[in-house]
Amino acid sequence: MTEDLILRVVTKVLTPFIMLFAFYTQFHGDYGPGGGFQAGVILAAAFVLNALTFGLPQVRKALPDRIMIIGTGLGVLLYAGTGMVSLFRGGNLLEYGVLDHHSPVHGQHLGILLVELGVGITVTSVMWVIISTFMERAVEDAEGGEG
Amino acid sequence: MSAETATDFSAHLPALAVMVPLMTAPLVVIFRNSKVAFGLSLAAAWSVFGMILKTLMLTLEHGGWVYELGGWKAPIGIVYNVDTVAAFVMLIVSGIGALVLSYAPMSVAREIPENRQTLFYSAFLLAMTGLLGMTITGDAFNVFVFLEISSLASYTLVAMGSSRNGFTAAYRYLIMGAIGGTFILIGIGLMYMMTGTLNMADLAERLPEVAHTRTIMASFAFVIVGAGLKLALWPMHTWLPNAYTYAPSVASAFISATGTKVMVYVMLRFVFGIYGTEFAFTELSLGLPFAVLGLGGIYAASTAAIFQTNFKRLLAYSSVGQIGYIVLGMSLATVGGLAAAILHLFNHAIMKAGLFMAAGHINHQVGSVRLADLEGIGRKMPITMGLIAIGGAGLIGVPLTVGFVSKWVLISALAEQDLWWVVGLALASSLLAVAYIWRFVEVAWIREPAPALEHVTEVPFWLWGPTAVMMTLSIVFGVWGAGTTEVAMEAARILLGVAA
Repeated sequence: MTEDLILRVVTKVLTPFIMLFAFYTQFHGDYGPGGGFQAGVILAAAFVLNALTFGLPQVRKALPDRIMIIGTGLGVLLYAGTGMVSLFRGGNLLEYGVLDHHSPVHGQHLGILLVELGVGITVTSVMWVIISTFMERAVEDAEGGEG
Repeated sequence: MSAETATDFSAHLPALAVMVPLMTAPLVVIFRNSKVAFGLSLAAAWSVFGMILKTLMLTLEHGGWVYELGGWKAPIGIVYNVDTVAAFVMLIVSGIGALVLSYAPMSVAREIPENRQTLFYSAFLLAMTGLLGMTITGDAFNVFVFLEISSLASYTLVAMGSSRNGFTAAYRYLIMGAIGGTFILIGIGLMYMMTGTLNMADLAERLPEVAHTRTIMASFAFVIVGAGLKLALWPMHTWLPNAYTYAPSVASAFISATGTKVMVYVMLRFVFGIYGTEFAFTELSLGLPFAVLGLGGIYAASTAAIFQTNFKRLLAYSSVGQIGYIVLGMSLATVGGLAAAILHLFNHAIMKAGLFMAAGHINHQVGSVRLADLEGIGRKMPITMGLIAIGGAGLIGVPLTVGFVSKWVLISALAEQDLWWVVGLALASSLLAVAYIWRFVEVAWIREPAPALEHVTEVPFWLWGPTAVMMTLSIVFGVWGAGTTEVAMEAARILLGVAA
């Protein structure tokens, strides 16, 4: 946590743009460079920046650990679930073409969108859980040192 | 998937077998309740076992098939290469996983803090996913991906042990494992550089053209050393004893029985399925170093096992020795030798899983597996000790146990090649196993019970039941060795590309 006015203001100004860029990377990933992994890292970077500037407890108010841990599993389930749906619609595992019986191209698009979303959710959550675990330890150590 | 089987849902079974534990692992994390976690994991493991059993039966009946993930044709897409060898190894992984999980709840409750139990189950399932995926995949890069999934999960499992030594053991395992994984990746990368493909069947087709380049020789060296590190080929086994000793009992039983075994299988796939017998054994004469390292491992590790003061570490060194027999079988590159190696994968997995589970009984009741703390325990825990005796007899190779069947097949294969001095060495090595098993028997039965063990009782049925099933299997497949031997022979013929 910092008292530096410039850092606090800049963080506040930048955060929405970082998040917007993360979403752009996420949903642009189907056609161009980007995708769930990169987007997840960028989104998590926004949280980390806030945690560094305003302290871990502030960010945890918005993102309780419980929710983020569910997120780590949810993304994987979304990815794998998409694969399973295509299996039960008569295709092979992860064969997105069958997701839309009228247009395989549209099915492929839908499939990759969902899969990348799953990757994005998991990567964001895992990044945040790892970093918040380390930061928590650092906070505990600092408090232990003073006491 | 061929046209005839396209409508048959059972063609999807191998892919589902990988997906079920992969999807159960995050579910377990979401529910965050150790009882729910156990129930879900157990259901997942047994259903996977059923699917693999069906797959193995199908491959034995109709031969294998290729499953295209996402419907993309090889070599562009990733395919699963379903055949008897893969199904057999997956059966080992899922069967051991299911039995070990059936035994897990009490042992986990004793050894792992409450708030980490769900994560333990999740890591267990992920390790299983990785091992199953590595076995079934027909894509060289995909092997690496699943290898990392199973390895990272295994490091986590080892680190969850109740002793602080678990952390250093896991860290060492992580470093050595990461080096092994990276070497395999470099090897795959070099192959890709020369052939432009990652599909195993496609690689096997294109490699001979470029086999004489230094790049391919280097890739071969990287893959062999990397896989050797991961399967604890002596003398690259140093990460193994501590990892198995300090891991929670459930993790020791599962990893020792499956982790190194699947790596042996991966090595078999690369050496025989991709590089080819001729390249590996005629041009590069891999046979001699493998025979030397195999025998070296048998003698060095079995001797080290005799001098251990911790029962789990004794078993871990014995594992390194037993891997020596597998590598010795591989070194022959004949149907008999490979069959011996594959058969011992199965047989040793059963024995070692059972023994580590029995070590878990002791840890559950006594809180220690150091031999010094176990004096005279045989009278206090007769069932556990009986089970250990059966497992120990298997390690020695006493007739009517699985160990005997493996040794018999291995020795016939050696005799076929007129390698009589190796036969002698392999037979003599059984004496070392007698020595380290006797060491435990002597402590457990012949010494007077220590006063500290006065109140120790036998473990409840829910612990010894699954272990007893495992040990019963080791006798069933020891008496009825012909069946497993036939499957192993078939698997060896597929690997070598020889007609029956």
